[in-house]
Amino acid sequence: MQYDTKALLSVRNLRTSFFQDEGTTKAVDGASFDVFPGKTLGIVGESGCGKSVTAQSILRIVDHPGRIVEGEIVLTRADGSQTDLVKLKPNSREIRSIRGGDIGLIFQEPMTSFSPVHTVGAQLIEAVLLHSAVGRREARRRGIEALRSVGIPKPERRIDEYSFELSGGLRQRAMIAVALSCDPRLLIADEPTTALDVTTQAQILDLLRGIQQERGMAIMLITHNLGVVAEMADDVVVMYLGRVVEQGNVDDIFHDPKHPYTKALLQSIPSIESVPRVKLPTISGSIPHPFNRPKGCPFHPRCASSMAGRCDTEDPLLQAVGEGRKASCFLYQ
Amino acid sequence: MAEHAPALETGVLAEDRIAVATQWQLMWWRFRKHRLAVGGTIVLIAFYLVALFADFFAYVDPLESEAQRSLMAPQRIHWFDEGSFKPYVYALTGTRDPLTFKRVYVPDTSKKIPITFFARGEPYLLLGFIPSDRHLIGVEGAKAGESLFLMGTDMQGRDLWSRLMHATRTSMTIGLVSVALSLVLGVVLGGISGYFGGLVDTVIQRIIEILRSIPTIPLWMGLAAALPADWDVVKVYFAITIIISLIGWTELARVVRGRFISLKEEDFVMAAELLGCSKARIIFRHMVPSFISHIIAATTLAIPAIIISETSLSFLGLGLRPPAISWGVLLQDAQNIQALVISPWLLYPSFAVIIAVLAFNFMGDGIRDAADPYL
Amino acid sequence: MVAYVVRRLLLAVLTVWAISVLSFMIIHLPPGDYVTSYIASMSASGSAVSEGEANALREQLGLDKPITVQYAKWMGLMLQGNFGMAMEWGRPVSDVIGDRLTLTMVISVAAIVFTWALALPIGIYSAVYPYSVMDYVFTFVGFIGLAIPGFLLALVVMYVGFAWFGANVGGLFSPDFVEASWSMAKVWDLTKHLPIPAVVLGVAGTAQLIRIMRSNLLDELRKPYVMTARARGLSEYRVVMRYPVRVALNPFVSTIGYLLPYVVSGSIIVSLVLSLPTVGPLLLKALIAQDMFLAGTIVLLLGVMTVIGTFISDLLLMWVDPRIRLGRQ
Repeated sequence: MQYDTKALLSVRNLRTSFFQDEGTTKAVDGASFDVFPGKTLGIVGESGCGKSVTAQSILRIVDHPGRIVEGEIVLTRADGSQTDLVKLKPNSREIRSIRGGDIGLIFQEPMTSFSPVHTVGAQLIEAVLLHSAVGRREARRRGIEALRSVGIPKPERRIDEYSFELSGGLRQRAMIAVALSCDPRLLIADEPTTALDVTTQAQILDLLRGIQQERGMAIMLITHNLGVVAEMADDVVVMYLGRVVEQGNVDDIFHDPKHPYTKALLQSIPSIESVPRVKLPTISGSIPHPFNRPKGCPFHPRCASSMAGRCDTEDPLLQAVGEGRKASCFLYQ
Repeated sequence: MAEHAPALETGVLAEDRIAVATQWQLMWWRFRKHRLAVGGTIVLIAFYLVALFADFFAYVDPLESEAQRSLMAPQRIHWFDEGSFKPYVYALTGTRDPLTFKRVYVPDTSKKIPITFFARGEPYLLLGFIPSDRHLIGVEGAKAGESLFLMGTDMQGRDLWSRLMHATRTSMTIGLVSVALSLVLGVVLGGISGYFGGLVDTVIQRIIEILRSIPTIPLWMGLAAALPADWDVVKVYFAITIIISLIGWTELARVVRGRFISLKEEDFVMAAELLGCSKARIIFRHMVPSFISHIIAATTLAIPAIIISETSLSFLGLGLRPPAISWGVLLQDAQNIQALVISPWLLYPSFAVIIAVLAFNFMGDGIRDAADPYL
Repeated sequence: MVAYVVRRLLLAVLTVWAISVLSFMIIHLPPGDYVTSYIASMSASGSAVSEGEANALREQLGLDKPITVQYAKWMGLMLQGNFGMAMEWGRPVSDVIGDRLTLTMVISVAAIVFTWALALPIGIYSAVYPYSVMDYVFTFVGFIGLAIPGFLLALVVMYVGFAWFGANVGGLFSPDFVEASWSMAKVWDLTKHLPIPAVVLGVAGTAQLIRIMRSNLLDELRKPYVMTARARGLSEYRVVMRYPVRVALNPFVSTIGYLLPYVVSGSIIVSLVLSLPTVGPLLLKALIAQDMFLAGTIVLLLGVMTVIGTFISDLLLMWVDPRIRLGRQ
């Protein structure tokens, strides 16, 4: 497998499935992409397309009955060495040092992401103590600094408060502080702004951008909000039913989408410039039941350009459709 | 959401069937999958059949005592007589043990008494009004009362099997009557408390909390001891059920209140109010169907506690008293450890208690899981 | 927080008052009074009691006044610590009850400790490895434990002890210590005898608590903060023990409040079977003899002890759950 040696994280052909009594769900069905240092990769798609499971697979925290079935996730460590995260033993010391140490993760719902009976500080200091060889006092100092760096006022007081005592925006900042406390080189943000109102959303995005510039940190931003992607991402990966359907630079994706799904997504965004009194175009049909995946291209039942005989029998592969762009569609193969 | 559908059946066609199934059908399908619950239900049906037809299952008058036959061991049933299926027991002859001068019964291997099914025996009234004399088991050529002792006899020489059959009738029905009372109290008070809230709710809540903090057995003992000794069996029976349900309603009330409180906030209730429905209509037509399955589950789960309570009280001698027969009354004989060691069969009625309680628990769990698996 | 404590305290006081009224009422439900049954037992043994003697006895015992007055008198005496005379025994009630109440509480607390010590680890294990072989085993055993009434278990234990070991496993003290005054040796003797009553009393509660812990923990394990903790790099053991277990502990702690009355209640019957020198056998005898002061006091004191225990568990809950401490609902 060819890995871009400049990439911080390379995912190749990742397949993660959930094995239940009623059937097997292929949550991630062959995803491949790269994350580069200092850059933001946006992973975009509807609910259920496998974005979150991808993030969980990277950190090897997929819940039972899920399991990584195939693929490679190659992380380039600080010393230049490369580790395939899939090959690490689950919950081994090595993967645990990567979790929070090399790779940080922030979740969508900050309220439920903190333990309701522990102070924010306790969880923060715990993370620091885990990844750095410092004493309690130093850890606490670092914790207060971390809270300050995400813009929380009076951090020396806030560190001893419980999550339910903080407002929504402060909670999300606190969660970012915990994730950043050990200076990770990659931050995976799973729907970081979905639960926030628009103003707070803007502040959080600004914060993330600022930290990225300051530390040269890579960000993997998972969201279903195309607006956020447009604002934050350098590169974009579009996912549908566990597969990458299109990949490329953010400008290319937004101004010249190749895959029919990407085109339909972009068309369905309400815009000031759209023609008034015309129905907003939506994608016909609905996401198929995970146990009832269609044969061939996963999108073909809803695709306007579907070609009978090919799209419903064969699986399109992710292939180059231009400079630095890939799409998996038979229109280009 | 479609995700929940495959738990019941697989395939796309199943989804359609599920979409049009009624609440009760869905519950039944889910319940069916719970094997322990189904097993428990079957066991309970068997128990209630025995309760209904106790006279049929017994083969002798449970009150007939014969001091000579006190504390006999259960007989061994020999199923095969020279190769063919012809169950029989040996007749028993009584001899006096030369050392202890106690009467001892020894099987007389020369006299085989065959057992028949659906045999003729003592007459009784089936279901209270149909005269019959058929019993499940009987003996040929002899009186059942003198030769058949499937479970041995008690201190007074009464056949334990027949007594167990009649005890099942009493113990299983006391549970039903008592839970019915608790249900009424619980639903009414819990409903008022949950629906109206405010001061009424606070007061009823405090009452429930107080009742729950009081140790129940001393209270029951007190109330039961207060019953006049000269009351007849039936009066005592009903008094005991009332006493037990006076404390038992609190659990049901809590469930009902919780449901009402959460349902009150639901949008469909507001919609009904805006439509102009009367309060009664909203409660009975809109809210109650939402949680009736939870009530059924809670009620089923309340019965085992009642059965144990009655058994405990009767065991102490404060509940049902002879000549009434219930599991607790039967177990009173087992209080004496010395007697128990010699005649361990006196403890056999406890199996009935344990199995009944287990069966109710399994069935209740199954109903609760079927009603709301996300509870 | 203060509001919470005050509320629970008020409730406790109210409960005690309700119990006192209830216990007093109970004693007065049976027709006739102590004197009637005294006369009956006298005539059964051959001697007669004249009407004049009966009335004098009534006056002496204060039985001729209206109920409310009797209750007021009784409560007044109670609050002064004077529990009255046990009429049948002819000694002060406090003498007759003596150690028994303390012993009742000792075995109840021992039962609860046993329950906790067993239910916590088994509950955690069952939630972390659900549907495993051990989980099914525990669930099954738990169900059996729930189904067997305490006195039945006590009977079986006694039977097994007698039939197989030829030993009497009942009682709380070895023969030499029964009448002895309290000393370290006696305390040690008591401790040696505690396991059997504690287990018998605690089994049903253990089964219940395991189920509660298992279902609570299963719920908590699915919550996002567990995944967050894992994503921070914590070891699996720490992830489970430090976070979801800690949260699931809250409803667990609050169950003590209702476990105590249940256990105290059960101890009455179990102590009858196991011949323990606790309040149970005494209460039964008092009720049958309609000894008002004795029975009423026992029921009242049992209730009070239980309410105190419940209140302590409320305080414990407050200590464990910061949401209550900080006044959040």
